[in-house]
Amino acid sequence: MSTQAAPALEVVDLRVEVEYGAHEDIVDGISFRVAAGEVMGLVGESGSGKTTVGLAVLGHTRRGARVARGEVRIEGRDILPLPVLERQQLRGKLVSYVPQDPAASLNPALRIATQLDETLSAHGFGSSDEERRERIAEALGEVLLPSDGLFLRRYPHQLSGGQQQRVALAMAFANRPRVIVLDEPTTGLDVTTQAHVLETVRDLCAAHGVAAVYVSHDLAVVATLVDRVAVMYGGRLAELGPTGALFRQAAHPYTRRLVEAIPEMSGRHALVGIPGTAPRPGHRPTGCFFAPRCAYVQQECTTAEPPFESVADDHEVRCIRHAAVLADAAAARRAATPRPEIEVEDALVAIRDVNASYGTRQILYGIELTVRPRECLALVGESGSGKTTLARCVGGLHENYTGEILFRGQPLAPGAHARTADTRREIQYIFQSPYNSLNPRKTIAQIVEQPLRHFYSLGGVEERARVREVLESVQLSSTVLDRYPHQLSGGERQRVAIARALVANPQLLVCDEVTSALDVSVQAAIIDLLAQLQRELHIGLLFVTHNLALIRTLSQEVAVMNEGRIVERGLVDSVLDDPQADYTRKLLSDTPSLEAALAASA
Amino acid sequence: MTDVTLADAADLELDESRRGPVRVLFSAAWSQHRTKIGLGITLLLVGIAVFGRLVAPYAPDQGLEGQFPYASPSSDAWLGTDALGRDVLSRFLYGGLSVLVLSGLSTALGMTVGVTVGLLAAYSRGNLDDLLMRTMDVFLSLPAIVLGLLLAATVGPKLWLLVVAVGITTMPRAARVTRGAAVEVVERDFVRAAEAIGIPRRRIILSELLPNVSSPLIAETTLRMSFNVAVVAGLSFLGFGLQPPAADWGLMINENQNGLTLQPWPVLLPVIAIALLTIGTSLVGDGLARAAIGIERGKTRGE
Repeated sequence: MSTQAAPALEVVDLRVEVEYGAHEDIVDGISFRVAAGEVMGLVGESGSGKTTVGLAVLGHTRRGARVARGEVRIEGRDILPLPVLERQQLRGKLVSYVPQDPAASLNPALRIATQLDETLSAHGFGSSDEERRERIAEALGEVLLPSDGLFLRRYPHQLSGGQQQRVALAMAFANRPRVIVLDEPTTGLDVTTQAHVLETVRDLCAAHGVAAVYVSHDLAVVATLVDRVAVMYGGRLAELGPTGALFRQAAHPYTRRLVEAIPEMSGRHALVGIPGTAPRPGHRPTGCFFAPRCAYVQQECTTAEPPFESVADDHEVRCIRHAAVLADAAAARRAATPRPEIEVEDALVAIRDVNASYGTRQILYGIELTVRPRECLALVGESGSGKTTLARCVGGLHENYTGEILFRGQPLAPGAHARTADTRREIQYIFQSPYNSLNPRKTIAQIVEQPLRHFYSLGGVEERARVREVLESVQLSSTVLDRYPHQLSGGERQRVAIARALVANPQLLVCDEVTSALDVSVQAAIIDLLAQLQRELHIGLLFVTHNLALIRTLSQEVAVMNEGRIVERGLVDSVLDDPQADYTRKLLSDTPSLEAALAASA
Repeated sequence: MTDVTLADAADLELDESRRGPVRVLFSAAWSQHRTKIGLGITLLLVGIAVFGRLVAPYAPDQGLEGQFPYASPSSDAWLGTDALGRDVLSRFLYGGLSVLVLSGLSTALGMTVGVTVGLLAAYSRGNLDDLLMRTMDVFLSLPAIVLGLLLAATVGPKLWLLVVAVGITTMPRAARVTRGAAVEVVERDFVRAAEAIGIPRRRIILSELLPNVSSPLIAETTLRMSFNVAVVAGLSFLGFGLQPPAADWGLMINENQNGLTLQPWPVLLPVIAIALLTIGTSLVGDGLARAAIGIERGKTRGE
């Protein structure tokens, strides 16, 4: 459906480079076309340059970067040579943008009506207030928001995250642009809200013939939404093709690895991360940028950058080994390692009628839950469901609760400070963001040593040996010992956080959304690691997540939370295959899934 | 997983130096001209104050034979004599150490107490936070000179009293800066992580909080030092520092102000020295503060 008519958006050989110094490129050789009414996905992990390309479509670069070469044609006209002021005039009218964080893009001091009116009047839309009011009502209607006076008089903070993102969408579509760039617009939203927003985006683009570029790191979301996908790696297009072909039979090794890293609801295949880190500008190897991490690598791969060539109709790839990659059957994926069976034993943690509050607001209502030794219990819920609060109660970080939490039959004191040293050692908490949970002023050695020194009195030699051993168990080499957290990647930092927990020899690991701040390839590796640790070290896991697709790989049991209550609990297979609660069913159907999307497109 | 560990791969990617954060701060500050100039001036003045006495031609309290008070510069007294006929150059070379030591001690005292209070307030929150910070606000309302006069009037001119008075006025500012920087750090998860395994409060404050506020504190210390040099010299000038016949820059200005038109050197020299010391240290402090802000914003290169 893409190429017959003149494309609404055409990017030709785009190169954006660093403005100062050696003019290293941030992205280079980017060419793609998007037809009117089509949504193209632009996917990549952090640092791949996808946002840079998205902004360049608007004729914009971030500070310190500049467009060095290439064209961005909108309906045949290259907008890059236009003077700055003219380009500004085009934004919002010919081409518009929906940012990741709607809260940051809406002016908190202006009412919704004022902001929408500004968008219209800035581009001279409508001759009268009356006409603009009508258009605002229409725009809000399109994104399924009310347009009554009460709603229009609200301020952004009075709206939910989903409503804010809809207002941002309404603003973007208000002037009937030809091209729209959506930069991960659903990242901060719950799956249910996300599903609605995605549907709205697709419908609006199709209805008004808008060419859309959907920038995202979430392949499952992209697969459900778009017809064609461009995969970026290291500032280059690695592969570009129809969604189905690309994800089912990828021609680029990176795309393959990326697909293998996506958690599946069915949990049939093992989650496999991609070792190593993506190269950043100025640190890219000669030849193919993926070569150092690639299983198909040959001598020629490391000498010259591979060309972007066509392998099939409307399917291009930047890999000289694409024939070999394509020849490998897609079925060669590693099957999931079977999860250990639950042994019926006494509870490791028993949560009895826990009600928790923040100040006067009650968060948890009568929670009853059991974690068995050597078992992984997944705690699933959307934001605000109280899942993190429950985890914090168990971890001794939230004291304001009534009811009882028993650890091996003994009641736990609410706060960590009131617990015995042994209990504090045996329950270890891993935090959501490794960017926040490691002291930036300590070296990795100091960070991992801290619990060791606190709980055990070993000699210096033994201590060092134990730290090395634990780092090895989380697949970090001892070269990281003298580094500071900022010198490590996100995945490595999370491994350090896991090592810090393991060094105490815990019985229970409380993992609070430990992969949500990480890229999908890194997430897969961390999940794999946790599953392996659980098998080998025989520890219990309380795994808090909002991502249903993750739990099949890791957990035996699952508890689904909504609004502070547990709505369903049971074995993972039975809950996911045959959900009983309406809420669970809804959650399952709203969770974007690559498998389901591919099945639907086949 | 594969047998290639992630850190091995990272070795190829990360060529960032492995310097500690404090060294990063100093090198970022050093890359600015103001820091270099400031440090140069400061070192010159500190050198004069500390080592000047070794090259002084006369003892500081020695009256020169055959010289009148306020004598003009001559071959015997290169910069002339003061109100009592003593060698100006010698008194100048001896008189810096007291200013330097007293302002250094009072800065150290004020920063130590202030930082402790600030960290405690930031970590404890709630009532203790309010109590501590409102107390600091009371001290903040007292001007250094007035407090010095008040204490000196009740106890008498004692050197330790001067240190305490200036220290007390340094304390609330240090506490505010520390608390401001630390409240944000207290919220971070690594502090929760330490609490969850039961690390004692004192250790959390010292090893989790303090290192994370060190950059603004280093800058603040230098700026306080620069401020305190002026205050200490001012109090000496008013007669609450070293007592005659000791040599002291503040005191020199006081003793010789009447002869300013006859023989300007015994006034001018310490005035210039105090001004330069203040400017030098505050340039260094400014450079450090800018560097700290720059690092905070992730821009460490250049100005």
